[in-house]
Amino acid sequence: MNILLNNVLKPIKYFAIYALLLLFLSPFFMVLLNSFKTDAEFIANPLSLPAQFSLNNFVEAFQAMHFVNSFMNSLIVTVAGTFLIVTLSAMTAHRFVRHKSKFNKIFFYVMVATMIIPFQAIMIPLVGIYGGKLHLLGNKWILIYTCIGFGVSQAVFMYSGFIKSIPAELEEAALIDGCNRVQMFFFVVWPLLKTITVTLIIMNVLWLWNDYLLPTLVLGSSFKQLTLPLSTFSFYGSYSADYTLIMAALLMTMTPVIIMYIFLQRHIIAGIVNGAIK
Amino acid sequence: MTIRLLLAFIGNGGRCPMKSKFNKDSFINQLIFTGPTIFIFSSVVLLSFVFGVYLTFTNWDGISASMSFVGMENYLAVMSDSKLWSSLILTIQYVFFTVTIANALAFFLAYALTTKLKGSNLVRAGFFIPNLIGGIIMGVLWNMIFNYVLVPFGMQMNWPIFQVSWVNDEKMALWALITVSVWQSMGYLMIIYVAGFMSVPKELLEAGSVDGANGFVKLKKIIMPLMVPSFVICLFISTKGGFMVYDVNKSLTAGGPYNSSELISYHIYQTAFMRQDFGKGQAEALLLFLIVMVVTLTQTSLMKKMEVEM
Repeated sequence: MNILLNNVLKPIKYFAIYALLLLFLSPFFMVLLNSFKTDAEFIANPLSLPAQFSLNNFVEAFQAMHFVNSFMNSLIVTVAGTFLIVTLSAMTAHRFVRHKSKFNKIFFYVMVATMIIPFQAIMIPLVGIYGGKLHLLGNKWILIYTCIGFGVSQAVFMYSGFIKSIPAELEEAALIDGCNRVQMFFFVVWPLLKTITVTLIIMNVLWLWNDYLLPTLVLGSSFKQLTLPLSTFSFYGSYSADYTLIMAALLMTMTPVIIMYIFLQRHIIAGIVNGAIK
Repeated sequence: MTIRLLLAFIGNGGRCPMKSKFNKDSFINQLIFTGPTIFIFSSVVLLSFVFGVYLTFTNWDGISASMSFVGMENYLAVMSDSKLWSSLILTIQYVFFTVTIANALAFFLAYALTTKLKGSNLVRAGFFIPNLIGGIIMGVLWNMIFNYVLVPFGMQMNWPIFQVSWVNDEKMALWALITVSVWQSMGYLMIIYVAGFMSVPKELLEAGSVDGANGFVKLKKIIMPLMVPSFVICLFISTKGGFMVYDVNKSLTAGGPYNSSELISYHIYQTAFMRQDFGKGQAEALLLFLIVMVVTLTQTSLMKKMEVEM
């Protein structure tokens, strides 16, 4: 019975799982395949191989969606946003854990409590205040600012859980040796936070790179400022009848993240698990 | 080290060393460490939330200088808005099916991947890929698939289910949305379940085998009870995400055809930013907040009761 199980069922199981994975990822293969074709070829048969591998679609989409410009915008927002969320939250969480003043305690609970508020319950007044009242919207710097506002509570929450497990004696020793608190934080505490920092970097990069609703509300239609998802979608809006051109645009938008994933796959998966369970 | 601190303390006659300087120092440090975070967080989240509650009692359009107080009018308008309620019912259907199907598939996939399988890391990594790409891009991608790949495929194979494009069909648009959401969230949930499976002690499973339990009995009596924490996390994440879905709704179906797939977040966006009714939009958003809070808290506390001690 066991031999039967091993020799017959196992290969079937392998085959079933790999076939399922291929089917699961087939939308990506379809985009890859069709982005090299002409519209006529695509309509004739979406599953055929391209008659010739033409890069025309890529060249055209690259220019029409201002790829370099929006790629740079996405990069700036993602890098600056992630860097600031992570650094500011780590410092704040450290202070909250080590100095339990009444204010710090209450503010920590307020931050944790706001984590349950859906973004939709904040976006309307946000646009009202920063757009209607203060006229600050329309550039990526204010987008970074609002992203920090939305990102810090989760990061502070996760850091403070982690910092509690670090013995305070280490920090006291550094203070006695003549460090001021800022030096002590960056030389002694910061290196110890590496695991959780990696987790938070991964979660925030994926969020900021792919986010759509907050950037649309903040950036509006000033196309010089658009991030990649926004410019891809507005490109789709104006070229929606040019199917293979859209496919090329989609492929170009997806590629940077997928390349990153191929290199950092282990860290990303571990980071996501950490982020969800903590 | 503690002794040195203690000595310094005693040396100062029982007072904190240099108390007045310490306090000033402490305030500056408080400012450096928490100032930027507290300022940005308060000005973005807290201020908006409070201003949002105020907005629900006004008729502001988001631009003009005039804003008048209308009392409970917005809330009454929300209560009697049949379009909102049908959108809410659609959202509940969407959340129910997405959460159930995605979690069931993710769980069994995780189960299949943790029972010794060569290359299971690669497979796991593969199933996670849709999570790397934002909802807006996914929606565009699947819109093309439903319209231009599945329809010709259905014609060719003579499968009536695909012969009409799901995204343009009133009965199927919601199912198109559910399909894409399940496809996207499954990989994410799966890796949490895999971590849960890994944490089940091998000895317990071996003891089960010795006692004559087969695979299904072990799954039901040993693995599932020990994995309640994973279920709690996954159900929480997928339920909250389901109620808040917007991106894929916009790019896949844009709420159509004829509002047949207009979920609550999309509806709120339309009220506030398309119909320029900030007050009513915010009242709807607060309703969503209330629903998300009640549903997720009830779900989590019910599930917590099922947890077992090891």
